Amino acid sequence: MLRRFLERFTLTDLFMWLVGGSILALIVVGSFLTLRAGHYTARHWFDFVVFGLAQGSVYALIALGYTLVYGILRMINFAHSEVYMSGAFTGYFVADAMNRSGFLDQNPLLALLALFAVAMTTSITVAVLLERIAYRPLRRSPRLVPLITAIGASFFLQYTFRGLYGSQNRAYPDVEVLDGAWSLGGEFIIQKIQVVVIVAAAVLMFGLYTFVQRTRTGKAMRAVSEDKDVAALMGIDVDAIIVRTFILGAALAGAAGVLYALMFRQVNFFMGFIPGIKAFTAAVLGGIGNIPGAMLGGLFLGLFESVGPTLFLDGLGIPAPYQLKDVIAFTMLVLVLIYRPTGILGEQLTTAKA
Amino acid sequence: MAPILTARQVTKRFGGLTAVNNLDLEIQERSIHSVIGPNGAGKTTFFNCVTGFNQPEAGEILLDGHHLERLSPDRITQLGIARTYQNIRLFANLTALENILVGQHPRLKSGMLGAIFNTPGTQREEAKALAEARRLLAFVGLTGKGDHLARNLAYGDQRRLEIARALASKPKLLLLDEPTAGMNPRETEAMTAFIHRLRDELGLTIMLIEHHMGVVMGISERITVLDYGEKIAEGAPVEIQTNPRVIEAYLGREEAEAAGEPA
Amino acid sequence: MTKNTHFNWLNALRIGLIGGVVALLISLVGMVEEFGQRDIIAGVISMGQTLLIIAMLMGGHFAAARSVDRPGPLSLAGGALAGLVTSGMLAVLVLLIGPLNMRAILPNASPALINILTFEQGPVPGLFYLLGAGALVGVVAGLLHILPPLVRQAIILALFWVALLGLLQELLRVTLTNMPAVGAALSWMFGSGTQKGLSVPGAIAVAGVVAGGNYLWATRGAQAQARVRAMPPARQRALQWGSLALAIAVVLYLPNILGPYLSEVANNVGLFILMGLGLNIVVGFAGLLDLGYVAFFAIGAYVMGVLTSTDTELAYRFNLTFWEALPIAVAASVLFGVILGIPVLKMRGDYLAIVTLGFGEIIRILALSDFLKPYIGGSQGIVQVGRGQISTVVFDRPQTLYYLIVAGCLLALFISRRLRDSRPGRAWKAMREDEDVAQAMGINLVATKLLAFGTGAAFSGLSGAIFASKIGSIYPHSFSLLISINVLSLIIVGGMGSLPGVFVGALVLVGLPELLREFSEYRLLMYGALLIVMMLTRPEGFWPEATHKREFHEAAASEVAPESAPAS
Repeated sequence: MLRRFLERFTLTDLFMWLVGGSILALIVVGSFLTLRAGHYTARHWFDFVVFGLAQGSVYALIALGYTLVYGILRMINFAHSEVYMSGAFTGYFVADAMNRSGFLDQNPLLALLALFAVAMTTSITVAVLLERIAYRPLRRSPRLVPLITAIGASFFLQYTFRGLYGSQNRAYPDVEVLDGAWSLGGEFIIQKIQVVVIVAAAVLMFGLYTFVQRTRTGKAMRAVSEDKDVAALMGIDVDAIIVRTFILGAALAGAAGVLYALMFRQVNFFMGFIPGIKAFTAAVLGGIGNIPGAMLGGLFLGLFESVGPTLFLDGLGIPAPYQLKDVIAFTMLVLVLIYRPTGILGEQLTTAKA
Repeated sequence: MAPILTARQVTKRFGGLTAVNNLDLEIQERSIHSVIGPNGAGKTTFFNCVTGFNQPEAGEILLDGHHLERLSPDRITQLGIARTYQNIRLFANLTALENILVGQHPRLKSGMLGAIFNTPGTQREEAKALAEARRLLAFVGLTGKGDHLARNLAYGDQRRLEIARALASKPKLLLLDEPTAGMNPRETEAMTAFIHRLRDELGLTIMLIEHHMGVVMGISERITVLDYGEKIAEGAPVEIQTNPRVIEAYLGREEAEAAGEPA
Repeated sequence: MTKNTHFNWLNALRIGLIGGVVALLISLVGMVEEFGQRDIIAGVISMGQTLLIIAMLMGGHFAAARSVDRPGPLSLAGGALAGLVTSGMLAVLVLLIGPLNMRAILPNASPALINILTFEQGPVPGLFYLLGAGALVGVVAGLLHILPPLVRQAIILALFWVALLGLLQELLRVTLTNMPAVGAALSWMFGSGTQKGLSVPGAIAVAGVVAGGNYLWATRGAQAQARVRAMPPARQRALQWGSLALAIAVVLYLPNILGPYLSEVANNVGLFILMGLGLNIVVGFAGLLDLGYVAFFAIGAYVMGVLTSTDTELAYRFNLTFWEALPIAVAASVLFGVILGIPVLKMRGDYLAIVTLGFGEIIRILALSDFLKPYIGGSQGIVQVGRGQISTVVFDRPQTLYYLIVAGCLLALFISRRLRDSRPGRAWKAMREDEDVAQAMGINLVATKLLAFGTGAAFSGLSGAIFASKIGSIYPHSFSLLISINVLSLIIVGGMGSLPGVFVGALVLVGLPELLREFSEYRLLMYGALLIVMMLTRPEGFWPEATHKREFHEAAASEVAPESAPAS
């Protein structure tokens, strides 16, 4: 009996259960203690939740870029974080110019549209160049090679931007129309910009989903992600579809960059790195290759990250729990990849075996 | 002679598809046993179940009385099963000799400490292993090519190297997956003779997946025919050749009628 | 004109445009200006200009290759066209900087840049010089394309060495001036006193020697090698041992020549070599892309720090000596290597990379956090870390630490070599090539992977422990992802799995930025570009492990009669 048990489950499995179990216990106990201590009011939690949703919307938009490219090329586009950054950063110059000339105050809606346009175009350009120069030649190489290229591209782009524009933080100008907050039922306050971010992201994501499900290009994209070679045999121009996939992902990332910048104001050359990893976590969380999954994963991660540190760790007496919010995100990544690598909604990929 | 491999009611499903369905199979020791069937019949999947690459949903597989169903592939190899692959899967960037040395892994013992301190035991073992690898290389006719990278070898040489690598673990049972694929008649003949040698000189039991009917009929002592994951016939080559169900599976109804089955 | 040669000027044009974009990037990122402060040939060509020249040379070369079917006089035209287009784009940049007020957005579009690009002559003659230079360089590139490969190789190598020596002239001057005869030669080669870079006659001499030497070696070298191999084995062995002894002597004596500053540089290179050897096992041998490698470096450093520090801010002090703490630090790293390896056992490729990256970040964040501050110092780190001591020698100066680090590197090298040619080493390589088949060969994947992680972590931890002692204090900011990327880059440039490659990679990617401040400024940009370029052109690295030939001193014994069966 014991031998059969040991044959099924190895020492490492037991170790992982121990670790997983402890983390779960930590979370439950911590949450319980925090809630019992009652230092935080409903209003606090509401703020955390809304913040998390807004942050999560940004993650979701970026995650879609990761999930689309992974679905089609089976590689993590490490440099996608820089695609995101390039949109936000370039948008800054436009925003700054518009602010100086007064255009921003006079025609805020038009100005914002222009901002999005510029940012998305920049992101798209970067993504297309990436695909053409760094990824396309390596499509048939062993897996390690395009991965390393992507990492190299990520750093190259970061430091090119640093070299071109300098290393200091740039601040987006104040957009009056987006300032201020609304109150709900007297108790709860929600910031205008947060609403804008959540709504804008939702609109964009819905647009993408419709595109992929309804249009010919979308169908072709799904075909290519199922089986590249067969899709080519069916007459689909695989290269063109791949480029279009990058374009879509980049457009969303550029938009995400502007939304982030409008919310948090600061941009610099390094801003893509951590959100990029978190967005990838979100994509995996929802099921890599799965579009609704990426959206859900992003929102969930944002929430978890916002509510988590306080909820789980405060009760346990850990000082300054917000410092560890990235730890929570990364731990979530690891746990998802170990216990449910296909994600919440399940992978939409066919896995080929020997 | 006793059966060395026994499969009972083995079933393997992939999602909605049942690749192997309640398969019973017995392989006698020191025999050459072929498994044939149209494409998609489940032959390679069955191989994968035997070697532990896939875990069957139901059924048992026994090697000399050991249950194999829940074991990991490395354990199964240690118990004495080795295989070659349909699409050659050598270690491309290792040399031919290194490939064979890797094949010897389960029969060697030296570990990290022995390697770092270069203990006499390790030195002896490595020297023996190298000599053995050279002998295997010679046995398959690849003398002098030991230091060539596996990916630079000719196709025929690669196939032979793969067999040498499989032999390196001193298996009791050797699974050959389409060993003559892509070969011309002369090479096929040589491979057939070679497979005989494997059994005759080394005392191995050989289970074969093959599509080349000449090879199958010429070399096998016993043939199992699969179709859609099920066994549809089993017996000596002579019986299989004239079996209408087999002919139908491969060639369709009309041919079966032509062979004498009533409409 | 032969009838089949048609001139694909469109290709040349396109390549020129690409070259132009590269040149623009180099300029606007600030590299031309920054590197312009150092002359390759004193007073004549600066490193900044050299960068642009390299861009134009490469553009010209590709243009020459792509614009004609076979090498001929039209190659020159192709090269010239590309060079012209590239310099043309730079000229346009110069013209637009003023009117478009580019400086507001791009701080490097400065008057200094304009100066460099116009040869300090102002726009009117300057831009024409620029265009002329572009065309000239393009023609030279085309010329190189036409020349027979041996000559071409000799010339390129010569140019490379001129550039290299020009860059390193400070280093060479400082270390070698102490020897009288050499000193005189040096001052001739490098121009007088404060001038940076080679002198003109010096440059010509270097070019001549290298080109000539390379040409001779290419044509006559095979003979020399054959003669060496023909020598009786005893003499061969003596020759090998002799050169080895010489190398060891040089290595041991080096700190005295280098002095404190350069010894420090060597030490940093050495620490990265140690880490590189470790990551080489994980990535190079076993094929596991670990991006969180810095975590083990951090653990080694922190364990050493916590165990030996006398810092009163820490909650727990252990007051161990360096030597007592060292094995514990390494053991802790190994333990963490195994612990962090367990969750990723079933992950492949991309996922493995990103999860290990996550682990590295987790360790860094925890090190920085207030949560663990009482135990490991938080953002203020740990000070007063213990120093090693052997009898009277204290390892606190660069020259003494040098020996400690060399010892560590030699140990790691020794272990790596032994493992590479062993059963566990083969298991790693098989796993790297094809995990499923490796398992089918009887290899226990769990044990093999954990062994790789553990061994790699050990080297990294050793490096970290020495690092902590060397600096005497630990700050969490030192342990960022950038170090992991640094180590990864150097083993990729050297060649994954290649032991000499680690040394080469470290010298280039760590040594150069340490020696030359300008490289340090653009370090990660160049790493990134290098990684991309290498993966696209030479993924096996610059010094790949030669398929080692087995010694055939028992060659006779191996010729067994082919018909005999192997032993059962």
